[in-house]
Amino acid sequence: MKRWVTNLAIALLLSGAAGCATTGSDPRDPYEEWNRGVWAFNEGLDQDFGRPIARAYTEVFPAPVRTWVRNFFANIDDLWIGANNLMQGKPVDAINDWARFAFNSTIGLLGINDVASEMGLEKHDEDFGQTMATWRVDDGAYHVWPIFGSRTTRDSIGQLVDWYADPVFRWHPKSVVWGSVTLRFFSRRADLLDASRILEEAALDKYVFQRDAYLQRRRSLIYDGNPPRAEREVPRAEAEDPQQPSVAVPAAAEAPVAQASHRAAPEAVEAAVQLLEAPAASAASSGG
Amino acid sequence: MFPKFAWIATAAATAAFALADGAQAQQETTAPDVLVKNVTLEVVDIIQKDKDIQGGGAAARQKVIALIEAKVLPHFNFQAMTASAVGRSWDKGSPDQKARLMEEFKTLLVRTYASALSAYSNQKFDFRPLRAKPTDTDVTVNVRVIQTGTQPVTIDYDMEKKPTGWKVWDVRIGGISLVANYRTEFDNLVRESGIEGLIKALQAKNSSLDPANAANSPAGAQKK
Repeated sequence: MKRWVTNLAIALLLSGAAGCATTGSDPRDPYEEWNRGVWAFNEGLDQDFGRPIARAYTEVFPAPVRTWVRNFFANIDDLWIGANNLMQGKPVDAINDWARFAFNSTIGLLGINDVASEMGLEKHDEDFGQTMATWRVDDGAYHVWPIFGSRTTRDSIGQLVDWYADPVFRWHPKSVVWGSVTLRFFSRRADLLDASRILEEAALDKYVFQRDAYLQRRRSLIYDGNPPRAEREVPRAEAEDPQQPSVAVPAAAEAPVAQASHRAAPEAVEAAVQLLEAPAASAASSGG
Repeated sequence: MFPKFAWIATAAATAAFALADGAQAQQETTAPDVLVKNVTLEVVDIIQKDKDIQGGGAAARQKVIALIEAKVLPHFNFQAMTASAVGRSWDKGSPDQKARLMEEFKTLLVRTYASALSAYSNQKFDFRPLRAKPTDTDVTVNVRVIQTGTQPVTIDYDMEKKPTGWKVWDVRIGGISLVANYRTEFDNLVRESGIEGLIKALQAKNSSLDPANAANSPAGAQKK
């Protein structure tokens, strides 16, 4: 149980060591050394608290109840999703989102039933980070925050705005706020249990796998699922890091071995939440 | 009585194989979106009806892996997937290294896929109409998985027309390309310890995931 304390210590030590070692070869992740420390801390936290509580949550509450909880919070989100769609210049989508909120809050009994989806009003996924991206704000660097996990610089700022706009934080009294935020957190973590297990199995270096998945996922969300595609036959060197065409290759021989040792650590809480926001994503791979 | 039954069963099985063979030949001209839909529904149907698989555990895992190998693998172009995931180092590998690399990557993907399939719980599929010209030889087939309270999860299959039919060369789940996601990992490993090192890392990963290992290893036995 004390592992997360140890990990925090390691994270702090690593912060001192940041800049000495040179695992960071990815231009998108200039603070990789520091990020890996925080990531390891988050993994420990998730292993000790996140996952066990999420598992208990799925054991205590039957599937229909978990669906009500998921839907209840998803319904509240639709208000801000609609606002973001409007700010992104998609008024039709915004109306769709607010209509969802209107139907689900009433016919759907305070949102616990997603009747709007059955009516053909599709759920969207928007936030202020995506809105800023449509305003041509660049990603910035990749960060791993304690507890909250993966965010680019732009999306970190976006997250602050999202929290400010989150109606749940404005409820009274404060105990209701914290109760709701906690419930929402574990509802989301529970939805990701399968996804994080699959991630663990699929990854050779979980930190890298998770980071790249996060960045790909954000890019997909910014373009509403249709990002412009890189040409398939383009040599990878050019496709992946256009800023640094040929620097990385000759250094190959001296590259450090540190990354290989980061395998098989437990999963991060919010990083995973961000990675595969949709709980069905795990099952989604069952496509065939 | 019993031998007679066995004979009928054998005959029926042979007939089924013959039919399956015919279907295989047919698929060479099957449209890519139809192919994805058929294979998806077939696999999901088998999984839902198979009591062994529903039971879970290592035996179920083996069975799902066998199912994927039989039904899904023939429609994947693993050569292209591996080459794309390894990226610029691919050409440096010897033919033998390439073959072993491909084999290990295939094993890893199949295991991961089996794990993902075991998480399937009756979500509905929405097979999107194909947006491509009949003359196109490189298309993307879109499938969406519907679940209440969340945005549908997209599964995009990038497919290429080959003499043996349409073959998948990348799968993107929720916009995350499987091939692209392995690229940095593979690249790092090749830089650290060469193609041989990458193969070793994949072998180690695969043996840690081997359902046979999990069931028979002394450690597993001791725990029980």
